[in-house]
Amino acid sequence: MVEILDNIDQREMVINMGPQHPSTHGVLRLELVLDGEIIKKVTPNIGYLHRCFEKYAEQMDDYSKVIPYTDRMDYVSAINQEHGYVLAMERLLEIDVPERVEYIRVIMAELQRIASHLLGIGAFGLDLGAFTPFLYCFTEREKILDIFERTTGARLLYNYMAVGGLMKDVHPEFKTDTADFLKTFRPKIKELNDLLSYNDIFIKRTANIGVLPKQVAINYGASGPVLRGSGVQWDLRKNDPYSIYEKFDFEIPVGMGEMGTLGDCWDRYIVRVREMEQSLRIIEQALDGLPEEGDVTEAVPKRIRPKNGSIYTRSESPRGELGYYIESNNSASPYRVKARAPSFVHLGMLPAISKGSLIADLVAIVGSIDIVLGEVDR
Amino acid sequence: MIEGFINNLPMITILVHAAIPLTIILVYALVAIWGERKIAGFIQDRLGPMRVGGWHGWAQSIADLLKLIQKEDILPKDASRFLFRFAPFMMFAASYAAFAVIPFSSSYIGSNINIGVFYLLAVTSVLTLSVIMAGWASNNKWSLLGGMRSAAQMVSYEVPTIATVLTVIVVSGSLNLMTVTEMQSGNDILGFLPNWFIFQNPFLIVAFIIFFISILAESHRVPFDLPESESELVAGYQTEYSGMRWAMFMLAEYADMLLLSLLGAVLFFGGWNSPFGEFMGGPAWGFFWFMLKGLLLVFVMMWIRWTLPRYRVDQLMHICWSILIPLSFINLVLVALWEVIFN
Amino acid sequence: MKKPEEILEYLNQKFGEDQLTLERGDIGEPWILVPASMIRDLSKFLRDDSELRFDMLMCLSGLHYLKEEELGVVYHLHSTKLDHYVTLKVRVPVEEPEVPSVESIWKTADWHEREAWDMVGVVFDKHPNLKRILLPDDWIGHPLRKDYVQQEFYQGIPTGE
Repeated sequence: MVEILDNIDQREMVINMGPQHPSTHGVLRLELVLDGEIIKKVTPNIGYLHRCFEKYAEQMDDYSKVIPYTDRMDYVSAINQEHGYVLAMERLLEIDVPERVEYIRVIMAELQRIASHLLGIGAFGLDLGAFTPFLYCFTEREKILDIFERTTGARLLYNYMAVGGLMKDVHPEFKTDTADFLKTFRPKIKELNDLLSYNDIFIKRTANIGVLPKQVAINYGASGPVLRGSGVQWDLRKNDPYSIYEKFDFEIPVGMGEMGTLGDCWDRYIVRVREMEQSLRIIEQALDGLPEEGDVTEAVPKRIRPKNGSIYTRSESPRGELGYYIESNNSASPYRVKARAPSFVHLGMLPAISKGSLIADLVAIVGSIDIVLGEVDR
Repeated sequence: MIEGFINNLPMITILVHAAIPLTIILVYALVAIWGERKIAGFIQDRLGPMRVGGWHGWAQSIADLLKLIQKEDILPKDASRFLFRFAPFMMFAASYAAFAVIPFSSSYIGSNINIGVFYLLAVTSVLTLSVIMAGWASNNKWSLLGGMRSAAQMVSYEVPTIATVLTVIVVSGSLNLMTVTEMQSGNDILGFLPNWFIFQNPFLIVAFIIFFISILAESHRVPFDLPESESELVAGYQTEYSGMRWAMFMLAEYADMLLLSLLGAVLFFGGWNSPFGEFMGGPAWGFFWFMLKGLLLVFVMMWIRWTLPRYRVDQLMHICWSILIPLSFINLVLVALWEVIFN
Repeated sequence: MKKPEEILEYLNQKFGEDQLTLERGDIGEPWILVPASMIRDLSKFLRDDSELRFDMLMCLSGLHYLKEEELGVVYHLHSTKLDHYVTLKVRVPVEEPEVPSVESIWKTADWHEREAWDMVGVVFDKHPNLKRILLPDDWIGHPLRKDYVQQEFYQGIPTGE
């Protein structure tokens, strides 16, 4: 702060956006240097929601006790966070997971992806002043949360996956619930497109804004919808298949610069909308293939005590590449757990893509990269 | 004593006379705030207020008002104390004062002056001042940005508003809103359509569209609600306000919406004239028709608000200066030509 | 698509035989141990060489090895063009925890290196803006060190129960 004050131009204004601001999606503070409403410089300040995830993970006396803490990283897509962690542990311990478990995990993860995208899309619309799509999205998200609640007992932080299996089997009506949801949700995507995606004002607000070129995106380590929005066909479910994703037939939607430049806010937005359709396809196929019988806890190890070693495993969370680096040292507690959170990486490139835009554009850019501060700060 | 009473009588009549628009505004604000919530609820597939007062939460606005009155009066430490306190009242006073020349019915108008339109436009410009005043006095950067946005926006959009009002004046030849309304009575167009200006001249339809877009911007409604956009500037010039002062802003905003909608009703939709000629005419029905027309426009404003996203500040200016203003002046010429040729 | 062993062989041809060693634990993935001084040159080579093309730094983690009195930095690299992976590891003594920054090679490293400094205390040489990222600027110590003792008061506020 002091250094900024020293060499500040008289025409410039330093302003704090956040930590309490409706459009920073949590407790993020952006230090803006403004000339009128034009942004000269953005400095993100994070850490307001730092809950010492990595320190806690090292303190746990059991590897599976880390799972509830992973939920709390990206609280919007808790299932995907757990999925990433248990995948890493299973690869480290070389556990074969029963097929039924894998199917349930995929269905859960894809439902969670839709729920998370709905929140991201809705909040993005809200940032641009469209209130109604937000509530439409929430109505649909609510139905997914109901499905989760019937099986896991929780609506936000599930603690549902276990290393090698699941905490418990799904609710008896899980299949019909999910099938019902699929049926009602498809038309809603069209409704959302009519109301928001192809709205003229919305396009004007998002096209050509916050352009992230392909090479810059890769160099900054962007992943998920942000990277795909820049036109890179890159999805870990296809490029580095984990779980049983290679069994399913789905496409990777990428930004095509339809409304403006490739890699603008609209591209990132529409990738999320189209991804929801693909997730529906995956869930449909997974529901058909779901084995009727099977004990979901049979492969869960009684005691987890990995030998010396380390593993880095990544999975496709709704926000991008979620990596866990785990180092074990032949004891019951992890030596080091590092979570590579996609939002953390994406927020790091905010200064690069928002320079010279207006405050209103900055709001659109932050919305379009869809950060969750729980994951940024861990 | 009797003498004194008689001498004071005009004063009392003036007060009663002046209190009528105030009553209308207050009742309207309570209904409109509740109505907006209900409309928003309907559009968003939810219920809106349902608890307070029993039937569909009809007393919600009253409860909110009571809550706002009880709230602590917060004055920011480094705020400009006088301006901070004064701005909300000035804003409300300005929109209230403008109601003086609105002809609510054939037998009631606050002040039947010959320069009614001119007066109305002049008084509403004060709104801009009070918004800047609030933005500056709060000693908050977001408020200041909101204030500056609002100044630019309102000054800009006054031009197309005035230009479209002028087109109506070209047709009517009078600045007196009562006269303007009286000129629109009767049902002569094509034998059944009322003689409202919007039906008299095809170019006035264009004028009305421009006018409606401009009043959306003038009254800070979505998609032009930039001065108070909650997702960018938190709440713009209202950021530091709470309790009763904030309620005054709210009241003024709703009063402004009604005022401009009523102006639209007078200029384009025949004011208090019944759409069925003499049927359902008369002063009381006139008031009903007039408010109905005004509230319909208010409803459309709310409908737009809950449907559309917001424009960006440069796009807003672009719409005003490169589309609406040239269009409204071309339209003015066309309306004038039409009048010369056909009437 | 190259395996870590092949990558090591390829690198040895370029940088000489005894600089890099491939290590592996009892379980998990192998990694290439790199001397701290050559990490930047190596990274640049890994990114730009036409047979390697590691254009993406997936993850950068800082570690503290209490027994060895060393700090570690682990780089997980991936090539989006050739689709192969490699893990690099740098170990430096706690007293002189200096590692050249790779921020100029992969921008991802900017925040990750700041985090590693914040949490473990690795000093990244030539990093443009090496300051704390998650913790307040005036925090004392690096919490992810195994011998970390939490300060009792932060600006007069008790930090424990």
